[in-house]
Amino acid sequence: MAEKTQQELLQIRYTPPRRDWMDPSVDFEARRGSWSYPAAGKNLTYLGFPNPREWSPADEDWKLPDNWREIIYEGFRERLKKFRSLRVFLDTCVRCGACADKCQFFLGSGDPKNMPVLRAELLRSVYRRDFTTAGKILGGLAGGRELTPEVLKEWYYYFYQCTECRRCSVFCPYGIDTAEITMIARELMNLVGLNINWVMEPVANCDRTGNHLGIQPHTFKDNVEFLCDELAEITGLRIDPPINKKGAEILFIVPSADYFADPGIFTFMGYLLLFEHIGLDYTLSAYASEGGNFGLFTSHDTIKRLNYKMYAEAKRLGVKWILGGECGHMWRVIHQYMDTMNGPADFLEVPKSPVTGTVFDHTASTKMLHICEFTSDLIKNGRLKFDPSRNDRYRVTFHDSCNPARGMGILEEPRYVLKSVCNHFYEMPDNTIREQTFCCGGGAGLGNDENMEMRLRGGLPRANAVQYVHEKYGVNLLTCICAIDRATLPTLMDYWVPEVGVSGVHELVGNALIMEGENERPTDLRGEPIGDKEAASDV
Amino acid sequence: MRALTALLVVAVLLGVVWLGAGVAGWHAFFGVAVPYAAVLIFLIGIVWRVVTWARSPVPFRIPTTCGQQRSLDWIPSSTLENPHDGWGVTRRMALEVLLFRSLFRNTRTELTPTKRLVYESDRYLWVAALAFHWSFLVIFLRHLRFFLQPVPQLVTFLESVDGFFQLAVPTLFLSDVLILAALLYLLGRRLLNRQLRYISLPADYFALFLLLAVAITGVLMRYVTKVDLVAAKELAMGLVTFSPKVPTVIGTPFYIHIFFVSVLFAYFPFSKLTHMAGIFLSPTRNLANNNRKRRHVNPWNPEVEVHTYAQWEEDFHDKLVAAGIPLDKE
Ligand code: HEM
Ligand code: SF4
Ligand code: SF4
Repeated sequence: MAEKTQQELLQIRYTPPRRDWMDPSVDFEARRGSWSYPAAGKNLTYLGFPNPREWSPADEDWKLPDNWREIIYEGFRERLKKFRSLRVFLDTCVRCGACADKCQFFLGSGDPKNMPVLRAELLRSVYRRDFTTAGKILGGLAGGRELTPEVLKEWYYYFYQCTECRRCSVFCPYGIDTAEITMIARELMNLVGLNINWVMEPVANCDRTGNHLGIQPHTFKDNVEFLCDELAEITGLRIDPPINKKGAEILFIVPSADYFADPGIFTFMGYLLLFEHIGLDYTLSAYASEGGNFGLFTSHDTIKRLNYKMYAEAKRLGVKWILGGECGHMWRVIHQYMDTMNGPADFLEVPKSPVTGTVFDHTASTKMLHICEFTSDLIKNGRLKFDPSRNDRYRVTFHDSCNPARGMGILEEPRYVLKSVCNHFYEMPDNTIREQTFCCGGGAGLGNDENMEMRLRGGLPRANAVQYVHEKYGVNLLTCICAIDRATLPTLMDYWVPEVGVSGVHELVGNALIMEGENERPTDLRGEPIGDKEAASDV
Repeated sequence: MRALTALLVVAVLLGVVWLGAGVAGWHAFFGVAVPYAAVLIFLIGIVWRVVTWARSPVPFRIPTTCGQQRSLDWIPSSTLENPHDGWGVTRRMALEVLLFRSLFRNTRTELTPTKRLVYESDRYLWVAALAFHWSFLVIFLRHLRFFLQPVPQLVTFLESVDGFFQLAVPTLFLSDVLILAALLYLLGRRLLNRQLRYISLPADYFALFLLLAVAITGVLMRYVTKVDLVAAKELAMGLVTFSPKVPTVIGTPFYIHIFFVSVLFAYFPFSKLTHMAGIFLSPTRNLANNNRKRRHVNPWNPEVEVHTYAQWEEDFHDKLVAAGIPLDKE
């Protein structure tokens, strides 16, 4: 894709076109840069998903099965029976428009079908025509549309242009959650082989190797050891985290990007320092080596399939409870789906901090604790000593990731941790944080390169808010508790606000933590000189 | 265009009742048969609709959390925006249903010429929505005066509050003014706001035109054409006691009014107006965010294929050995 300039991208008009939205048409060729490549046949074959083939959305013929329409109707009927959410959300929308300008993809593109209400109408119009009395009789007059190949193509374009962030659902007077509609629309498309590779490859990898990136156990170990070498150099302490160790007290699960790529690895180093310091009895697992779950972007069955490993591994290793790292969609799954799907976890114990003795009663059933909850408790009980000035190079702001914010409500814990470990913390404007936070633009499998234009557009509201605090307070670090954020925000920042870097929360914890037996640290976890106060006040 | 279609339908309805009740004089049909049929359709329809919803299970507990969760004792949690128990949910729902809490959050976004996104709170819709719905409720309750003998205290009390501004004779009801103003505003924004016009369907205009038709005919009767209230009550009492009588002295405007009301009732269960019931069943609002504390059960929890540890160990056996990672099977 020829990269567009900021000025080009910013020619956004919120006034809709004259053309009626009910006429479907997407010119995929002209819109390169705003859709994702389809799933490679091998991934579908491995997973046993229907209709594996090589094809491109830009082709005229999508090589669908002959009876694709019946398959989708049948799947639709089944899901109407299985999900009250789907029925209620399809039936109750009054088209009040409150959600219209709440989606970052609409705000960044001006494309009216990125208004959550119209995104949902893409499915709703088909539902109306074929599943409601009024629609069967009145057809188009009742807002019904026939499921034609063009409508299906529109589904592909727009349902893979929603990051399932749930921002719209905060503002809807009935809580209509377009993410839920998108999830089910994607399930329907999966039935006829319309999926994207950036989702299906991680899913296939995760099933096979245990993690999205397809990292095999020996490489997993190598990566962890490499990071420990780095830590030894920085702190003088030799850490040797156990892998697949039976009888450990705690199983610790992180998103795979945390032990694979910059800047996630610095967050991972932060976790390891923390655990070393408090002498935690834990183990990593090379089998349950993924916290994230791209099943969430595929189908409910796939969520369950991938998530199975966590409890299974906890049981096999005989741990007492599970601790989870910083990841957004991972926590939506753990918080809202895991126990229902893969529980009950009656073989585990209610998480209890071995250091402070705090029993985390709010996790009594799932038995899985968020690392920010764990660390907050340690700090509150005075068990950690910090030198926040080691983070003085940074003026920090915090990006609430969609899923932890709107599917869980973990808002204060990361802020509490951040304010304990750094001296300069500034919030972005109210309408852009907490439950109103904006998506990074690349969630739900959309964070691939071919979809770059849409990512940059969808990330515009977030970038705009960062730019604001950058100009006002000199903010130069955007922190988050999400691995997808750590993968996509750097690109977004490079494009819109290049002065700002991206990190996880526990990277800053690792920097500031005063550890017994450590040497004077020559650098922070990134290998940069520590606490450069000048640099911070310069920006 | 879509607005015109809807307006045309309402005009046709007006024509039907004008010809039927006014010209042809089928008073029994429009005064008795149609209202009975409408109420019947309404009751059956709404029950059918709610039962259909209720029969689909709620497989997952998916509240949209709009505030701090309840986790550690010393972090104050937001019980209204992120309730952790039934009592919290009840209060959250009460706020939604009675005060349209989520709509109150509404913002309007603008891209400034300097390419900054600014968000301003925008409560016009919220005000108009409250004005419309509450006046509708008050008017609905005031109508009980026609159907109940003796007239309940609540109704007379409502009338005295609603008629507080005794500006004219007969007393001007505040709710009458508000409902007309609010409906006109809601219609106006649908027509004038380009985004909204783009997403609006004929059905969206139809609901507003129909409600306007009901409200306008009601207001005209009360303040202009002056219907015979005693006769109206006679008809209404006849209907509810199942011994319908058709008084001779009520004129065509009255039949027009109850015809529109009947259409509203009959249309209700098959339209977006079911949001009145749907809001109570919305799983992003009516569930407590206590997911990790209490297990939610999915009645159709499927069996899925998985890649077990044993298979995985077999797949990577040599690599595990080489890396010195402990095995289950040697
Ligand atoms: C529990 C009862 C109800 C609740 C909580 C409720 C709530 C709402 C809300 C929040 C809106 C969106 C704001 C707006 O567009 O005005 C709305 C719209 C609407 N409601 Fe209700 N409602 C209820 C009952 C009713 C009833 C009984 C009627 C009519 C007979 C009705 C008619 C409408 C109409 C026509 C709209 C769309 C207005 C427009 O087109 O802009 N509602 N309702
Ligand atoms: S806010 Fe809700 S009811 Fe209003 S248009 Fe959007 S989805 Fe429909
Ligand atoms: S879930 Fe997020 S991305 Fe999807 S329509 Fe709603 S606001 Fe847009």
